Amino acid sequence: MNPVYIIGAGIHPFGRTDGRSGREQGVFAVRQALADAGLEWRDIECAYGGSAASGSADVMVNELGLTGLPFINVNNGCATGGSALASAQWAVASGAFDLAIAVGFDKHPRGAFNATPAAYGLPEWYGQTGMMLTTQFFALKIQRYMQLHGITKRTLGLVAEKAFANGAKTDHAWRRSEVDLDTILNAPMINDPLTKFMFCSPAEGGVALILASEKKLRELGSDGVRIGAVAIKTRPPDSFEVFQPAVSVKDGGKPTVLASKRAFEIAGIGPEDIDVAQLQDTESGAEIMHMAENGFCKDGEQEQWLAEGRTKRDGKLPINTDGGCLACGEPIGASGLRQVYENVQQLRGRGGARQVPNAPKTAYSHVYGAPGLSGVAILQR
Amino acid sequence: MSTLTPIAPDLWTQGAEPQLIGGRLPSGEIVFPLPTGDAATGVEPYPLARRGTLWSWTSQDFRPKSPYEGPSEGPMDFKPYLIGYVELPGEIIVESYIVDAELSDLKLGMAMEFTLTPFDATRATFAFRPEQAA
Repeated sequence: MNPVYIIGAGIHPFGRTDGRSGREQGVFAVRQALADAGLEWRDIECAYGGSAASGSADVMVNELGLTGLPFINVNNGCATGGSALASAQWAVASGAFDLAIAVGFDKHPRGAFNATPAAYGLPEWYGQTGMMLTTQFFALKIQRYMQLHGITKRTLGLVAEKAFANGAKTDHAWRRSEVDLDTILNAPMINDPLTKFMFCSPAEGGVALILASEKKLRELGSDGVRIGAVAIKTRPPDSFEVFQPAVSVKDGGKPTVLASKRAFEIAGIGPEDIDVAQLQDTESGAEIMHMAENGFCKDGEQEQWLAEGRTKRDGKLPINTDGGCLACGEPIGASGLRQVYENVQQLRGRGGARQVPNAPKTAYSHVYGAPGLSGVAILQR
Repeated sequence: MSTLTPIAPDLWTQGAEPQLIGGRLPSGEIVFPLPTGDAATGVEPYPLARRGTLWSWTSQDFRPKSPYEGPSEGPMDFKPYLIGYVELPGEIIVESYIVDAELSDLKLGMAMEFTLTPFDATRATFAFRPEQAA
């Protein structure tokens, strides 16, 4: 496989933008990415994109130009962006194309997501009785994890406090104000042990990344970041995932663990080599569990890591430096690419007020989506 | 409870001591709910154990959107409820309502037993509750 670089990154601010559709936010991000790379839309040879609630991505050729390029729609739940990136990376790595784009966008109504049972092959009663909510899954998973590994509610609060502190310094974030720990811990409960400030909210936004072969990178003289690895894994047998009326009594594997191992294997480095990480934080507990599932610490060590501030911007391993999903909100199709956008900015030293110190050389991103898949990307400077 | 209609047919067995109806795959693995359609090929209905242990739990503190059909009309008269996973030893871990308990009563591994509970004015659904002293 040939090396692949990200040479352009664009983002439409996350949050709420009245009067601009999800797709229009995607188009905005594409134009910004093109400008960043010094390219025109007609230069792009193939595209992969998706949204969960804002229609097919390929419709954006109407706005961007009818150049005839192949444009593949991607739909993988919260991992849609990760899947679009992986597809674009494989397209360039294979040698079939020299310039590809990955784009994700979305615009969701307020309030928790409401999935329909039939779409997931589940019986109607599962939805009717109110047991098919993503927020419940995250609460059920962290509740058990806290009991088994000694994680406290305070640590859940520290994750959210850090997210809002980072969001306050991030141009593209939605929540731009710091929230103190007591407010987070005493906020209304959503699903015990998770309070309102520990959950991300459905939101809006768009992200686009332009990928290039080494030949194209040299030709253009681009400020590129190399994709060291991308890995996507769907769930193994006996795992515990979102939307499961029942779980196997056997202790199964986890898609995140598999995707992480595979990505490190491809990149030829380990968790200790990573300088900055973006881990899926649809709620505080997810970030904590994903720290261990991605190999950055052992189960239970998060308690000490958070207490010592090791995941803050100036810590040993800064995590979710733009405030993550907690501060940026969750436009499903865009979130996975936002993480990679943030890593590109950090590695290029363009993080501004949220830039992590010491010129990071390696960056890691991880998304998780229903019905149980994970995507990991490792970038290297 | 006898006047209430089950939320879905064939979800649990009839009788004084109802049991959830799972399925046994040709491999011997137990699944829940009982598969339907092509996935049901070779699967035998398998009544699940009535007793197990609490595997995890949470509260539902806001009124879910559709397809939830709970008794409340809107957020103001919504009553939070508890759900959890109960491990039925050697069989499967099922997601269920948790009733006859407060959040603060719940502990990992505590003994739980199967029961039926009213869902709304006309329908019943299944639940587990802390095992009652004999």
